[in-house]
Amino acid sequence: MKHLISTHDLGRADLEQLFGLTDNFARILERPIPKVPALRGKTVVLAFFEDSTRTRTSFDLAARRLSADVVNFSVSQSSTRKGESLRDTVETISAMSVDAIVVRHSSSGAPQQIAQWTDASVVNAGDGWHQHPTQALLDAYTIRRRFGSLDGLSIAICGDINHSRVARSDVDAFTKLGAAVTLVGPKTLMPSDLSGWPVTVSSDFDTVVGEVDVVYLLRIQQERLSAGMFPSVREYRTRWGLTTERAARLKPDALIMHPGPMNRGVEIDPEVADDARAVVLDQVAAGVPTRMAVLYSVLGPGQFDDDGMTEAAGGPDLEAEAAPDRTENHVEELNR
Amino acid sequence: MAERERRRTPPYGGVFIARSEVLDSAGVRRAVRRMAHEILEANQGLTDVVLIGLQTGGVPFAEAIAEALEEIEGVAVPLGRLDVAFYRDDINLRPVLPEADTEISDDIDRKVVVLVDDVLFTGRTIRAALDAMMDQGRPRAIQLAVMVDRGHRELPIRPDYVGKNLPTRRTETVNATLERVEIGEMER
Repeated sequence: MKHLISTHDLGRADLEQLFGLTDNFARILERPIPKVPALRGKTVVLAFFEDSTRTRTSFDLAARRLSADVVNFSVSQSSTRKGESLRDTVETISAMSVDAIVVRHSSSGAPQQIAQWTDASVVNAGDGWHQHPTQALLDAYTIRRRFGSLDGLSIAICGDINHSRVARSDVDAFTKLGAAVTLVGPKTLMPSDLSGWPVTVSSDFDTVVGEVDVVYLLRIQQERLSAGMFPSVREYRTRWGLTTERAARLKPDALIMHPGPMNRGVEIDPEVADDARAVVLDQVAAGVPTRMAVLYSVLGPGQFDDDGMTEAAGGPDLEAEAAPDRTENHVEELNR
Repeated sequence: MAERERRRTPPYGGVFIARSEVLDSAGVRRAVRRMAHEILEANQGLTDVVLIGLQTGGVPFAEAIAEALEEIEGVAVPLGRLDVAFYRDDINLRPVLPEADTEISDDIDRKVVVLVDDVLFTGRTIRAALDAMMDQGRPRAIQLAVMVDRGHRELPIRPDYVGKNLPTRRTETVNATLERVEIGEMER
């Protein structure tokens, strides 16, 4: 795996392999010295063209736990403010010979584009409405940890589906892993064209809530309100929020998830956010080992090239000639 | 472990063709028993001794040595497993994925750790294992037991207990299990 741009690039086997690695790294993080030298000498640049404290911190820690060097490149300090084009910025970063660029950008497709301008591995940390693959990985990992597998689970994703890269990534990852996904939310916040989405859609949260194993709430952004996509915060909460009353009708072992940061009192009631079934902090905790698994996959074994590496890895054969000559008889002698 | 990784991972993928058997299961059992006696003798008993098998080839040998020690001394030795994938120095050269769990339940501070592996070759796996152990704690001493020492060391590493010294060519492959030790080649 050279880049991680979208969950669409990952098959079920890739997802399972990443979860296996994540398990390994989660165990390492429990040790007194939660660090391994796996990516020693590698340099990871965190290029966040859009603000994000959590995702950035999570990637930062993940890279450091693998002993990589981390450079933070933030827009406020950077030359993009001075009018440099994205391409020039990326080429400048690459010219400093870095090994991976973790990109967060407000434009969909930016990481894909950047991958064509650099030799470094590109990891998408969220682009526009398009994708947020590491979020989907850590979400699926969190569910898998609780239920053992996503096969046969029923998952509701509720809220602003249309503007959500998390929803797009999650739908893809969850369904690939065998879960059935129902999208819930106001029509104004649903994508206009859902053909090709392997989901069912419902506008009645009350029916859905009692039937699912996981409720995944998306963050409602204030600017959607100002754009007139729903009448008021109170109305949103009444129809689409996970209120205490709705939470009471959830299955006893259901999970309540949220990518954060939560708007308590809008998409989730304050008491519900603290419900024992809410695994929001487990999601955050899964972020570091998940991102370690991704960085390790793009910088470690993924770099491997089918030809050419065999000799170097297998040990130089040059010395074979210098090795003591030994015939079949010699082996028989050893057997005695 | 080196041999086993090589056999499974894509660039080395192929079938192991055994050319000759060096030890049969009785021979392996005798060697394991002798190593158990040597460990007892060198450490004057089993106080503070912990056996750690390297994933995956070393684990059955660590178990077999622990079994032999229990038979001889009547004491159950703490047993752990270690996967060194994240500590290897050749991560860029070939796909390195952890094959199995690391499980070291006991606190290894001030203990005598005996690392156990199936085949000692370049010594790079052991180098990685030493680093991994240091991250787990501070053992009083680390010793090395291997079923087969096939030579060709690339690092200044030497085993304390050897089941079988086996001169080989670099191009050959050694397969060591509890059932047999055999020498052969990889057919691609």
